[in-house]
Amino acid sequence: MQRLLIANRGEIAVRIARTARALGIETVAVVSEADREALITEVVDAVAVIGPAPAAQSYLSQDAILDAARAHGADAVHPGYGFLSENAGFARRVIDAGLVWVGPEPATIELMGDKARAIVAAREAGVPTLPGSDGALGDDDDAPAAAAAVGFPLLIKARAGGGGRGIRLVRSPEEFDEALSIARSEARASFGDDAVYLERFVNHARHVEVQILGDGSDAIHLGDRDCSMQRRSQKVLEEAPAPGLPDATRERIRQSSVDLARACGYSGAGTVEFLFDPASGEAFFIEMNTRLQVEHPVTEALTGLDLVAEQLRIADGDPLSLTQDEVELDGHAIECRINAEDPSRGFFPSPGTIERFSWPEDVRMDAGFRAGSVVTPFYDSLVAKVIVHADDRHAAIAAMESALADTVIDGIRTTLPLHRALVNAPAFREVAHYTTFIEAEPEAWNLS
Amino acid sequence: MTDIISPLPGVFYRRPGPGKDPYIESGDTVEAGQTIGVIEIMKQFSEIPAPVAGVVGEFLVADNGAVNPGDVIVTISEA
Repeated sequence: MQRLLIANRGEIAVRIARTARALGIETVAVVSEADREALITEVVDAVAVIGPAPAAQSYLSQDAILDAARAHGADAVHPGYGFLSENAGFARRVIDAGLVWVGPEPATIELMGDKARAIVAAREAGVPTLPGSDGALGDDDDAPAAAAAVGFPLLIKARAGGGGRGIRLVRSPEEFDEALSIARSEARASFGDDAVYLERFVNHARHVEVQILGDGSDAIHLGDRDCSMQRRSQKVLEEAPAPGLPDATRERIRQSSVDLARACGYSGAGTVEFLFDPASGEAFFIEMNTRLQVEHPVTEALTGLDLVAEQLRIADGDPLSLTQDEVELDGHAIECRINAEDPSRGFFPSPGTIERFSWPEDVRMDAGFRAGSVVTPFYDSLVAKVIVHADDRHAAIAAMESALADTVIDGIRTTLPLHRALVNAPAFREVAHYTTFIEAEPEAWNLS
Repeated sequence: MTDIISPLPGVFYRRPGPGKDPYIESGDTVEAGQTIGVIEIMKQFSEIPAPVAGVVGEFLVADNGAVNPGDVIVTISEA
């Protein structure tokens, strides 16, 4: 691999470019017309402007990206996260064009992208799964009977859904028939596929996940993370390791995630996501993400590894650079995602020019912007990620508190005040938070 | 004549989703408050209502096109 095209933008594009350069790999950025002046253009060897601001015409345009790869002599493509990172068709086109795809085989992306097939694969590998309908409900199935077998409350989920979309909660059998019919119509309208499956709902669930690395034949885990602090199903604060898991549960999700990765010949970095039930101490498979996660830096902090470097080496054909026994998980790490949103105005988006941007030197800040950068309205609102690492959770929270206090972003509104409130919230300190905590208990994290 | 002016920067959509019919076509009559399009800003969607009843003129912003605050999206001729 000599010249890597980064098919993404913002902080992750910058983060990938830095590692590629450190490995002596040249980099090509693709940017939309709105991102001509973006920070990424300053840290790569070549820049291709691939289309207008709307993502559909630029960062999601497979033709434009492949044309840029050809024009700039790239021999590999790193998709980052989001955009085309879990698009098996794009992965296939990259490979067919003779380029290295930095990610798992297209067939693996396809398998994990079909949530119903993914659950079956997980169960076969011994990954604990939620009581559910065992794949999509068929037209001939007795749906109410299937629902009764799963138990209430339950979720109706669109087979083609994801990212928190295409999900409907049903609390009792009486609500089920009508909810099923609405869920099917919505799924047809949103995804062009009305297949749905059923799944038990866990109250006050936490979100835990296991980081996997595979080289196509062997696989290891790099420990777990907790991403329970979310807003509208979008993660806002993550930590590693996941606090308060029973040892047996932690061991089971780590080992079974490795088994799943091995069973599908997983190649690259991936994440197996679980719903953790704090009442029973059980964890259940949600899905596997076949790409780098936004929150990968907390795992890097614990392991001392560079996950992007591992991805690039594996994509280039190298075997895993370490064995499971060589993986060390030291201390505790926390990441806060700083978004361009105004927490005092219902998290309304806040694009604009960043006038000042400073943070303490000993803190890792993964940013897609610098002072003087314009945060445009066209893409997601992530501005930067603050990552701290300390000996234990208590010390990591103190370190984050101090890092946030000394971070300044002026010119736009950001979620810094939210994070300052969250790290101080007793519920977070006591690990009593859950995936809908921010919405459900606004009084528990007062903005000061 | 009343201009519908974009209050936000972002991407303007004339349809509720890909492959769906537009909220409204030029020449159609709208009620006050009826949605004529949506603007996406950082993946959040805001509906744009017609401020008055009347006949919809030519759209001055393309479907899936970028808009800035203050841009005229379309003009309504009051009945």
